[in-house]
Amino acid sequence: MTSERFPNPSDPELYGFWPYIKRPKVVWPGDKKIAVWVAPNIEFYELDPPANPHRKAWPKPSPDIVGYGHRDYGNRVGHWRLMEAMDKYAVRGSVSLSVAMCQHLPEIIEECARREWEFFSHGVYNTRYCLGMDEAQERALIEDCIRTVKDATGQAVAGWLGPALTYTVRSLELLAEYGFKYTCDLFQDDQPQPVTTKTGRMISLPYSLEVNDHYGFFVYNMSPRQYADTLKRQFDQLLEEGTDSGTVMCIPLHAYLIGQAHRIGPFEEVLAHVTSHDEAWVTTGREIAEHYLDNYYDVALADIASYAKGG
Amino acid sequence: MSLGKDYIEYPRRRRGMDHDLYAWSNLFERPPVDWGKGRKLAVLIVAALEYFPMQPNEGPFRAPGHMVTPYPDLRHYTAREYGTRVGFFRFLKVFESLGIKASVPMNAAIAERYPFIVEQVISGGHEIIGHSMTMNDIQFGGMDRQAEADLIGQSVAVLQRVSGQKIRGWRSIAGSESENTLPLLVDAGIDFVCDWVNDDLPYRIKTDRGAITSLPLNHELSDRQMITVCQNSEEQLVEQISDQVDLLVREAEKYGGRMFAFSLTPYIMGLPYRIKALEQALSYVVGQDGAWSARASDIVDAWTAAQAGEPEQPV
Repeated sequence: MTSERFPNPSDPELYGFWPYIKRPKVVWPGDKKIAVWVAPNIEFYELDPPANPHRKAWPKPSPDIVGYGHRDYGNRVGHWRLMEAMDKYAVRGSVSLSVAMCQHLPEIIEECARREWEFFSHGVYNTRYCLGMDEAQERALIEDCIRTVKDATGQAVAGWLGPALTYTVRSLELLAEYGFKYTCDLFQDDQPQPVTTKTGRMISLPYSLEVNDHYGFFVYNMSPRQYADTLKRQFDQLLEEGTDSGTVMCIPLHAYLIGQAHRIGPFEEVLAHVTSHDEAWVTTGREIAEHYLDNYYDVALADIASYAKGG
Repeated sequence: MSLGKDYIEYPRRRRGMDHDLYAWSNLFERPPVDWGKGRKLAVLIVAALEYFPMQPNEGPFRAPGHMVTPYPDLRHYTAREYGTRVGFFRFLKVFESLGIKASVPMNAAIAERYPFIVEQVISGGHEIIGHSMTMNDIQFGGMDRQAEADLIGQSVAVLQRVSGQKIRGWRSIAGSESENTLPLLVDAGIDFVCDWVNDDLPYRIKTDRGAITSLPLNHELSDRQMITVCQNSEEQLVEQISDQVDLLVREAEKYGGRMFAFSLTPYIMGLPYRIKALEQALSYVVGQDGAWSARASDIVDAWTAAQAGEPEQPV
């Protein structure tokens, strides 16, 4: 474990208590009830990364070609299956990007850019963890990600998901300072909300562990059709609740999992289900975040503050 | 604990891969593979024969399926032997009824102990693939190079002696290789290796001893992964195989020949209550228009022939 702690070591205090009832009503553009975004993780895992004392990159001694090869399947095969499925239903992706992909495999980045997908940062490699980084190292990492995405795609990166879901105690503060609009690293809600930081104006945007294909296939060990049913039920419930106040559903994906030949067919049915509902705003992470920041951020802050006063 | 300066330095952040073994390549942009004779879907069925010594190895890991309890683990020793004595013969019957020619990664200890099985495999038209000596004899990063060379050489020699056939392929236990495995396989006269799980078609890997063909299996498409690890039902296994085949057949129309690869374990899928599900799944696969049941080396040969005239993939 790293030795650094938040001021209150037990509670990161990144958001205020805000129960899921009686919130100011969120309505998505066009009177939509649910904002759906699909987030393909486009990642590079290194075969032999430098050791991080806080987390091992691979379970077996290097070269751990099974873990490496499994991830590499996404970059050789899986992405195109997923792109074809998303094209068929006109769904744009919001790419959770290991930015070193811009150097390693720019062909894949170009395919995404051509489709006007959004890129957000998922670190440099998924085998380099924030755990144990000092502030200078973490700043260098963030600046690298901003610069690399800008140079490769022209996009000003707006969102962040910690590389391999690793953080330091200062990660979110730094992201807000660098002008990030949303973080995908907090899992406390099905609606966006302001993140408490000293500077900046950043929200937590619902990503998902629970309906992430990694959880579906590697934690819950679902069959592809079970996973597809799970996504449909998640959508149906959040759509129903979206009548009271707009909800967000993210579908986080990894092409090395969902892009396998036995999985992409059932997943296509999920896209058919989602896009058949007029009440769904199928969009990108950036567009959800910007709409929320422009219309609900201040209202939300005021409402959350009312609970802090014991309301 | 803080991190060294080199933690945010990236010496291999460059075009292509972060190693020199193979070049990156997009499956959907390669020249279409023609398997010949109107074949669209090569069907590669891999059924491993494994010998688990009751005294397990030390080292960085134990083979999947190895002993679990304190010695003597009669339970797991005999349950694995069940696969070799019973389950595998159920497989052979299914293969015969469906005209499937399988590929059998075989521990050399199986050949030494049970040459009868080798005869059955060969007379059924199946292929033996080199697969170490016993399930104790793993390969792993940092392993002594000479010890690994001896292991490969001994395994291949035993399998060739008992079977009377040339061993052309290799499968490492759990797909685990050392940094020397690929060049040592080239030195041992091996043509193809089945450890990599990063593709749906063969490709070439470069070593300092010459090139070798990678015939990729799939990390997830096996009875072990679906049944033992994910605890999916037999019905779900059948469903996943048919979904996979449907997709590959569609892709074959557009992108050229595809390969269906599925790995089987006799003590898992060879149980009485599972064997009909296997038969059902495999009959769906081989019943596809253009399905071609092929041994691993047949696929490697057809793929290699199909590359003739194509610019050699950079490796």
